[in-house]
Amino acid sequence: MKEESSCVIKFENVTKYYTLYHNFVGIKNFLFNLPSVIKNLKRQKFCALKNVSFEIYRKQTVGIIGKNGAGKSTILGLIAKVLKPSLGKVYVEGKVVGLLELEAGFHPDLTGYENIILNGILLGLTKSEILSKIDEIIEFSGLDGFIFQPLRTYSSGMLARLGFSVSVHIPADILLIDEVLAVGDLDFQKKCYKKIEEIKNKDKTIIFVSHDMDAITKICDRVILVKEGEIIKDGNPYEVVEYYTETS
Amino acid sequence: MRFKNRKIQYIVDLILELAKKELKVRYKNSILGYLWSILSPLSLAIVFFVAFKIFMRLKIENYVLFLITGLFSWQWFTNSVYASTNLFLNNATLIKKIKFPKDSLIYSMVLNDLVHFVLATPVIFLFILIYRQKISLYLILFPFVVVLQYLFISGICLIVSSINLFFRDLERLVVVFTNLLFYLTPIIYSPEMVPQRYRIFLLFNPMSNFVILYRNMFIFDRIQFEIMIATLIFSIMIFLIGQSVYKILEWRFAEVV
Repeated sequence: MKEESSCVIKFENVTKYYTLYHNFVGIKNFLFNLPSVIKNLKRQKFCALKNVSFEIYRKQTVGIIGKNGAGKSTILGLIAKVLKPSLGKVYVEGKVVGLLELEAGFHPDLTGYENIILNGILLGLTKSEILSKIDEIIEFSGLDGFIFQPLRTYSSGMLARLGFSVSVHIPADILLIDEVLAVGDLDFQKKCYKKIEEIKNKDKTIIFVSHDMDAITKICDRVILVKEGEIIKDGNPYEVVEYYTETS
Repeated sequence: MRFKNRKIQYIVDLILELAKKELKVRYKNSILGYLWSILSPLSLAIVFFVAFKIFMRLKIENYVLFLITGLFSWQWFTNSVYASTNLFLNNATLIKKIKFPKDSLIYSMVLNDLVHFVLATPVIFLFILIYRQKISLYLILFPFVVVLQYLFISGICLIVSSINLFFRDLERLVVVFTNLLFYLTPIIYSPEMVPQRYRIFLLFNPMSNFVILYRNMFIFDRIQFEIMIATLIFSIMIFLIGQSVYKILEWRFAEVV
């Protein structure tokens, strides 16, 4: 029963439809074919998740694997609360921080330093909070020499370093990592895994989405395999990964 | 700015940082950054001056001054509204990944254009000097009117940007509509030139009210309380409508951007 109380993410029969809006586009089309447009609207739904239920407990590190379009990002979106389920319920306890895609919160013309502040604020910190952490972030990123250079001069590996460094220094209960570690060099990857271990030991929950099966088995203590919007396997990383590599 | 409440502090920080980012980017890339922002209304003013004052002999005194007081605030309006149509689309990656108050993107963008508008006012004073006009005491109301215009434009931008995600044609309609509105707003002509029986419609055009209010302060040294009140009510109303349109549609943004 101890497990029950520490459940931080709970999906209850979650179904997610996406309405395909491009049928709706065009005022001419809209005005002249109104009945068929509305009919299309009802019909043209894409089901990204079908009646999915699972629970994730505090301190778990859960990998989500599956082919492109299987519904991994939809699950992350639902946990991050940027999406709402069409049916069912999603419970999330605590603050969720997602790793930003590199181009998302960053501006190429601003310096690394300015981007850290901007990114930190977008991820939910006030300016003074991010400023109090900025030295730590810069040190972790190992980019001190470039931090006052505009971001467009950075290599993609350096960008990955900066993004990861900001995200892991934001205090959060649940960390969403979506395919970012692959870009950094070995040195930094090692640092990242160490940091993730550290976060794991701090009572945090990590959701890790990746196509890198080595990374998945290395980090996670539970793996969920999604296929066409359904969970087809959930459990021990080695078993699930093996099943996935065999069947695909 | 410091606030006790963390939530308010956060929103303020977010809006200010986003606005600062845009300002920095704009001025980092071009030495003439500031000039560019006043150049386009100024060039319009020159064209209108030649066409209406020299060719058509419009009987309005200090015509350039008259024009730019209207054009600068109009420029703010169109810049913000045009930028708002694709604002959420341009920030799609952010909206899909993290939960944050997305309307702050609008507020910071309009704030950014507000700064440009305020930075352009020295040009108005320059022309006041050139035409040897005096500086009116009513200008103490200038910040108040700017805040109202900020609320009004933010409201419109919230409506336009939210609906445009679901109905992409709106973007083009906005261009057509603002072009029409430009000529329905007394920018190149004065409200007195509008026949009496149509003049009432000007009152229902918030942009016309803003232009009239700015001119009253900068040129005519007078105040029209009824227009002030109408503008106050209109601006707050539009802002609240914008807020509710945004709130109704917001949860679907991540699906459609």
